[in-house]
Amino acid sequence: MNWYEFLLRNRSEVFERSIEHIGLVAASMAISLAIGLPLGITLVRRVKLHRWVIGAANVVQTIPSLALFGFLIPVPWIGGVGASTAIVALSLYALLPILQNTYTGIAEVDPAVIESARGMGMTPRQVLWQVQLPLAAPVLLAGIRVATVLCIGVTTIAAAIGAGGLGVFIFRGVAMVNNQVILAGAIPAACLAIAADIALGFFQRGIAKNEW
Amino acid sequence: MTSLSVGIQDGYALEFRATTFRLPSGAPLISGLNLSVARGETLVLLGRSGSGKTTTLKLINRLLEPTEGEILISGRPSGSWDPIQLRRGIGYVIQDAGLFPHWTVERNVGLVPKLERWPEERIQARVREMLSLVGLPPEVFAERRPSGLSGGQKQRVGVARALAADPPILLMDEPFAALDPITRADLQREFRALALRLQKTIVFVTHDVREALFLGTRIALLDHGRLVGVYAPAEFLTAPEPEIQAFAASLEPGGGHKGVQ
Repeated sequence: MNWYEFLLRNRSEVFERSIEHIGLVAASMAISLAIGLPLGITLVRRVKLHRWVIGAANVVQTIPSLALFGFLIPVPWIGGVGASTAIVALSLYALLPILQNTYTGIAEVDPAVIESARGMGMTPRQVLWQVQLPLAAPVLLAGIRVATVLCIGVTTIAAAIGAGGLGVFIFRGVAMVNNQVILAGAIPAACLAIAADIALGFFQRGIAKNEW
Repeated sequence: MTSLSVGIQDGYALEFRATTFRLPSGAPLISGLNLSVARGETLVLLGRSGSGKTTTLKLINRLLEPTEGEILISGRPSGSWDPIQLRRGIGYVIQDAGLFPHWTVERNVGLVPKLERWPEERIQARVREMLSLVGLPPEVFAERRPSGLSGGQKQRVGVARALAADPPILLMDEPFAALDPITRADLQREFRALALRLQKTIVFVTHDVREALFLGTRIALLDHGRLVGVYAPAEFLTAPEPEIQAFAASLEPGGGHKGVQ
């Protein structure tokens, strides 16, 4: 039996797991963006804090993903076995690229543009929304793109703590020493990552060209 | 720019009173500056790099706050103005123009009127008027992006943007310094005509003596954050101060070195 025959035969479960997978990624990305964007914007004005926060996010990134999922299980409130723990861990993973690119994108806006914006009498809020964010948008979106692709990959490991997703096939396949089962999880996951990459890349180029 | 222009009817437009600006480290960039700018004049701040010219300019529109002393704007201390309203009443042109690269020329020029919530038709008419004033036909340039403009055109747009809300005061920070000599001469000539016509109070920063002599009604020389002297262009070159003599000498071919006979 081929992997795609297996995939076809189990298409309803594959579909279900894919939806689960996308759900995990979407929830994690939403949390990551909700924290990462405002924090990244704040860091531009606080150099000292910036070193600490980026440092911490970097450390999180170096923790092997399986270990991070494991560490979180005994943590009260957010821990335990299941999707919520996975979402916390995934959000932490996605945070660094979002934080880093938000910061870089805004910090690298031409200082002459900011100076003239302030000098012409724009309020700090107007400078942020009308000048800094639109000009940082392509870099910012590149960060979201990297984070999303990363998150789709790491989400396969979430199955190890009972969060579901396409990783379920991969772990089952490993246990059964059955490549077809592994591929039934790995290939849809890879397709999701590629699709997300292409879609966000398209969006990114559109934003780089357009007037805001 | 209601209140700003009303106050200017009498007295000086700008007045520095023993103004000092220090860095957080305590090093002064401007020390004890006393300087008045009359309404409608073009005062040139001349000096070498690091002499405090740009700092002086930024103290006027409150991008920097004085550490000691004060600056009167239309007779009122700068600190008593709301910084946002103050800046909208002071045109500001900087060396790299600082145009917003993601906006069209039209939107760039209409920035302050838009911030001041002018009606859309009035903004549009004003933008067109301003572009024509600086020699850029609106039908050709309004829809362009700054990236599609030459250096000279960018500065023209910068001037149009600064003038759009008809501010009584105009601050210019080496606006023509990065241009090629021919474009620079063109813009200087046109700007002088414009300044004579519009009767704005202009503070113009430059390190170029020729430009200072050509554009200024008075020239103030700054050196290491101190005011050396203020002279009309006709008197400037013969002024006794050695710092001014050094600038005057730089006008001669191979200038500046008196030792070479």
